[in-house]
Parts: sequence; C-alpha cells; structure tokens
Amino acid sequence: MSSRTVLSGSDIDRAVTRIAHEIVESNQGTSNLILLGIPTRGVLLAERIATVLERSYPEFAADSSLGRLDITMYRDDLSANPTREITETSIPAGGIDDKVVVLVDDVLFSGRTIRAALDALGDYGRPRAVRLAVLVDRGHRQLPIRADFVGKNLPTSVAERIRVQLSETDNDNSVVIEG
Amino acid sequence: MKHLLSAGDLSLEQAVAILDTAIQMEQVNKREIKKLPTLRGKTVVNLFFEDSTRTRTSFEVAAKRLSADVINFTAKGSSVSKGESLKDTAQTLEAMGADGVIIRHPASGAAHTLATSGWIEGSIVNAGDGTHEHPTQALLDAYTIRQKLRDNAIGSDLAGLKVAIVGDIAHSRVARSNLQLLKTLGAEVYLVAPATLLPGGLAAQAKGHYYSLDKAISEIEFDAIMMLRVQSERMTASFFPSEREYARIWGLNGERLARLRPKTIVMHPGPMNRGLEIDAKAADSKNSVILAQVANGVSVRMAVLYHLLAGGSEIE
Repeated sequence: MSSRTVLSGSDIDRAVTRIAHEIVESNQGTSNLILLGIPTRGVLLAERIATVLERSYPEFAADSSLGRLDITMYRDDLSANPTREITETSIPAGGIDDKVVVLVDDVLFSGRTIRAALDALGDYGRPRAVRLAVLVDRGHRQLPIRADFVGKNLPTSVAERIRVQLSETDNDNSVVIEG
Repeated sequence: MKHLLSAGDLSLEQAVAILDTAIQMEQVNKREIKKLPTLRGKTVVNLFFEDSTRTRTSFEVAAKRLSADVINFTAKGSSVSKGESLKDTAQTLEAMGADGVIIRHPASGAAHTLATSGWIEGSIVNAGDGTHEHPTQALLDAYTIRQKLRDNAIGSDLAGLKVAIVGDIAHSRVARSNLQLLKTLGAEVYLVAPATLLPGGLAAQAKGHYYSLDKAISEIEFDAIMMLRVQSERMTASFFPSEREYARIWGLNGERLARLRPKTIVMHPGPMNRGLEIDAKAADSKNSVILAQVANGVSVRMAVLYHLLAGGSEIE
C-alpha cells in the first residue's frame, strides 16, 4: 500500500484560515453565524475556524456560535454496519432559527454524511441558510450536494483512502492519500 | 448484542456503552422535536402478559421516538384469553415481521424461551419475567445512580458506591437484575431484608447482607438506598406477621431518612405501596429520585433499542 502526503500541517493551517475569512466574506460579517462541526474531525476543524475568527473579529464569540452535530442516528447505513457509538450534540444556547449555519467536516465524499446532517438540523430548528465547509473534497458524490468552502480539491480514485490527521487527536497534522 | 434477557449478560463495556448512549437520548428527549429516524421501518412488539404502566408505556414512547412502528399486545383482549400458547402467539408475531419483541410474562424464563426456541427471528428484550429478571429496570436504576452521584457521568462506572437493596428480595426481579448489573459496574451491593424474604443464594452474591434495616443504616454509609415493593400478589405464604409490623420494622420513614447521609438517594422501582415499604415523607423528600427513575426509563430504553436493533452486528 502506497501513501503520499498531500497537505502538510502548515497547508492545513493556511486552508483553515482562508476558509474562516471566506465564511465571513460570504456572510458579510460574523453576525448570526453558527459553526457546527461534524464528529470526529469536523468538530476539531470547526474549533480551529472559530479560533481564527476570534482572533480576527473581536465581535465573534465562540461560546455562543460554536457547536457540534452528531449525525449517527440520522445515517442511512446503520443496519449495514456494527452499532456505532453516539457522541454528544451541542447547539449554541440561542438555537439555530434564522441563523446562518456552517457545517464543518473533514472530507466530503459521497455526500451522505451531509444529507444526514441536513436531516438532523431540521429537528433542531430552521436556519436561514446552511453552508458547508470541508478541508478536502475528494469527489465521487452520490447525492446532489456541494461544498461552499473547500480547503483543497483532491481528485482521487474510489479505491483510495483519505486520512486526515489533526494534532488534537492524532500525532500529526497532515492529509494523506493511501491505496 | 442480539437480545437483552439478563442483566448478567452485559459486560462492563456493554453496560457503560448503553448508559452513555442513554445520555445522548436524554438530550433528544429535552429537544422540542423528540424524534429520531434511527429505527424507521422496524417493527417493535410490546408483548405484555402481565399488567404494567411504567414499563410498557416507556418502551412504547422509546420505540416511537426512534421512529419504529409499535404494536401493543396485551394478554387481556387477545387470543391468549382464548387459550393460545406462547409459541403460537410468538409465531403469529414472527409472521407479521417483528424486528424486536419486548416481553413481560409471569413465568420466569419466558423471555429466554422466546429467544432460544427458534419461534422468532427478532431481538428479544426481557421486560420482566416472573420473579427472575428485569434488566432494563436495572439499567435505568444504574443510570439514575450515575446521573445523581457522578460528576462526570460519561464513560464512568459505579466503582466504590454503596447501594442497599431493601425489602421483598425473594419475589423481586428488580433486585436480581440490579444485584448483577451494579456488581458488574463496580458498586458494593448490600441486601437488607427479613430472613424469610432473603434467599441465601442471593445473599452470598452480595457484598454483605443484613436482617435489620436499622443495623444496616447505622453500620454502612449508603450512597443509594433502593426500596422494593412488597409483592403481595406473588406471596403464597405469610412471610411476615402483618403489614403494620413490616412498615414499622422495614419501612423507610421520615425518622430513618433523617439518619441517612444528606446526599444518600432514595429509589423505588414503583409502583409504591405508600405507608408499607416507604412512607410519604421519604417518597416525596429531596433525597427521593423516584420520578427521575421514571423519566430516565425512556432514555435508557431508547438506548437499549438502539443497541439491539439499529446496527448490523456487535458494538464497534
């Protein structure tokens, strides 16, 4: 099995910083903005984006704008896999009604995770708009879903595996293609 | 996990996983939209051969919140009252395509028979069989103890906590399931009962046992005290002289409550015989977590149904 590194730690930092500023640009500010990370690594990326925003925009407060959305119970492949562990969902206290929700995930592949996330969001409220930010878009979509903010587009074959490592949970900061 | 027949079948990891899932289910139960699509298309049958309010309704709510279709089947008003056997009833349900069957039956071992006989393909959940076991009650009791006494509940067990189970242990499936599950989770379980209602085999499995509630309270600083219902309907002989005497010697009243530590929680699986094993002062005190037990029942049963019915095979 071969593996090659396509994004280094500093590449990831630059991509996260750029995505953070693109989100603010398209939202015309940080008001009504909610960042929701999708476990596991989407949560870490959402935290990193929030850190960039806090540094650059004093009016942005992470504790009222940052949350996480566990989509396990909304998946369409539950019965085809072993029982998955459910993790915490936390929505900022103000709720998501009439807010602009940015979903954050590490890799966009089939689009099924995002489909599940959209279903889950509907049970928490009615956002004014939902956007999608991903670190890597590897193609091979199975649903009509696209990302609004992309760290890097990576053409891959279906057989390949993308491994995202973030220092919060892994030893390294990198994106590796294996296979 | 395919079936849930006995609390003793659960490993420490499985038990903690179910309790952790229940925490997330509790969050769902606090939302405005208390519904998940997780068990869409699955059919759950509530097969109740014995009267029940709490258990049946909480299983029904749990299954519906997970979007399963629920069929309620009670022995009264069904073909069972015409003499249909458990086997024929089970095969009828199988023909209707039940993915999960929740069974309560007056005969000990009924759930086990249903799970191992081959009459039925689906998962079996034991919701109380005779005087044998009631594993989901034990899970919700463990969940309540962890919720009230552990600061960081997620992932934690009950190691070192002292729990007393008091009263009619001989006829109590709640006591049998709790003894096993609480031990698995690391708690120290003490059985406290009149000698006539405390089988020796069970006493040997506990950390200790007492034939006097007053002595137990004075010697051990309990974290939780679980009062059992006196099950007059299952008693075929007289196990104690009179209800008045039982209430006086074995009942948890305001005076005994005052002798417990301020943080000790008071539990009861319900339905309560107020004035017999527990009086109003104890049942409605700030130490009482009896209503929390009922509320937690729904979350814990959602977690059990999730672990049994949602996935394809074992826990990852």
